[in-house]
Amino acid sequence: MRVLVPSHLRSYTNGVGEVMSHGETLDDVMHDLDARFKGLRARVIDEQDRIRSHVKFFVGGEQADTLGTRVGDREVQIVAAFSGG
Amino acid sequence: MTTLHVSTRKGLWFLHSDDRARFRLEGPHHHGHIVHHTVLDPRDGRTLLAAMRTGHLGPVVMRSLDRGETWKELAAPTFPKGEPRGRAVDHVFWLTPGHASQPGVWYAGTSPQGLFRTEDAGDSWQPVSGYNDHPDQATWAGGDKDQTPDGGKLHSILVDPRDPKHLYVAMSGGGFFESIDGGLAFRPMSLGVENPYLPKLPDGAEHLFGDDPHCVVSHPKRPDRLWQQSHFGIYLLDREKGERWTRIGRAMPSDVGDIGFPIVLHPRDTDTAWVFPMDGTTVWPRTSPGGKPALYVTRDAGATWERRDGGFPTTQAWWTVKRQAMTADAGDPVGLYFGTTSGEVWASNDEAKSFTCIARHLPEIYAVTVA
Repeated sequence: MRVLVPSHLRSYTNGVGEVMSHGETLDDVMHDLDARFKGLRARVIDEQDRIRSHVKFFVGGEQADTLGTRVGDREVQIVAAFSGG
Repeated sequence: MTTLHVSTRKGLWFLHSDDRARFRLEGPHHHGHIVHHTVLDPRDGRTLLAAMRTGHLGPVVMRSLDRGETWKELAAPTFPKGEPRGRAVDHVFWLTPGHASQPGVWYAGTSPQGLFRTEDAGDSWQPVSGYNDHPDQATWAGGDKDQTPDGGKLHSILVDPRDPKHLYVAMSGGGFFESIDGGLAFRPMSLGVENPYLPKLPDGAEHLFGDDPHCVVSHPKRPDRLWQQSHFGIYLLDREKGERWTRIGRAMPSDVGDIGFPIVLHPRDTDTAWVFPMDGTTVWPRTSPGGKPALYVTRDAGATWERRDGGFPTTQAWWTVKRQAMTADAGDPVGLYFGTTSGEVWASNDEAKSFTCIARHLPEIYAVTVA
């Protein structure tokens, strides 16, 4: 499936905003991405497998709050939330 | 060449000087990252570790092997997956190079409060279980109301130059702790530190933890003398004489007080230290008292203090200098440097008799170190 990568993480993807991945669940997808873009996963998921506070995931246009969310062929979008300053 | 590493809320800058009078600003490195601490390894003079995260993304540690010319991103330390309290490192707050006999060893202090150790200059980090999993650690740390606004900090990691297994750590909040076995066990040692934030104990007993050291330092030439700038004053502990902290800040002028964040030692004179007081009255503005910034120096281990404000604005200057944001070099006379939360860097090349602003308009400054 297609994964949309925010500008915050493109230092890992050589500046690319869209990458292809595969996996049954969001967790699988993030492991796949981390295998190719080392370090990316830990920036958005903590060591207890929780999505970090200021990060959102959408799968097929719906917000996914857990890594167990089924992905299938649906598009995954990673978003840095409206926070900061 | 003197180089300052200026860690800010929006990136890392360097200030270089050949004469400690004129400085050249270089940066930003890691623009947009919240940089909590940048430290040069004194054992090789070229390895820099920098602890950072962004507003959205989790923590990393950046390493340079050429004093900041090039950088490599390293994974930040982590608590064990599935650990019973569910802790996860939000950010690395403090970095301390290990003992001179242990090249590659560094310690990291995190938020929430955790202690981690690497033996390969940050390629991999191991939790120091003797602290992180101590049965009293949660009690030492307390709850959210006992912590700094963006999470509790483990800081002021001190390694005894005589013994690599002798460690100290400080918790904001929580207190000051010692290990004599390389981190297998820790014990609290805040005896004598006043703590008006906790109810008195029955029968005159004293609290041994639960206070809030802001910065603790020891002198390599006199490691049994510990200096502490606390939330509750300035303290000295001479372990040659006992185990009780003495509030040497009582000798500070009463209209200034002895609250602050940083405390910096003279590189050669073990009786000399500088502090940068802030307003800890009423609602705790945490600014320069009266809008009149000044350092204070003691040259007699806290018996007396003298004001140092040469070159500073004399009114309407509401600076705050955070705990990692003031430092001294090893020059003669000593150079002192500090960064403010309003993004200015000030330098003195005459042991704080006079200061010059050497950079302004930077983001909020979290740490200044010198090499």
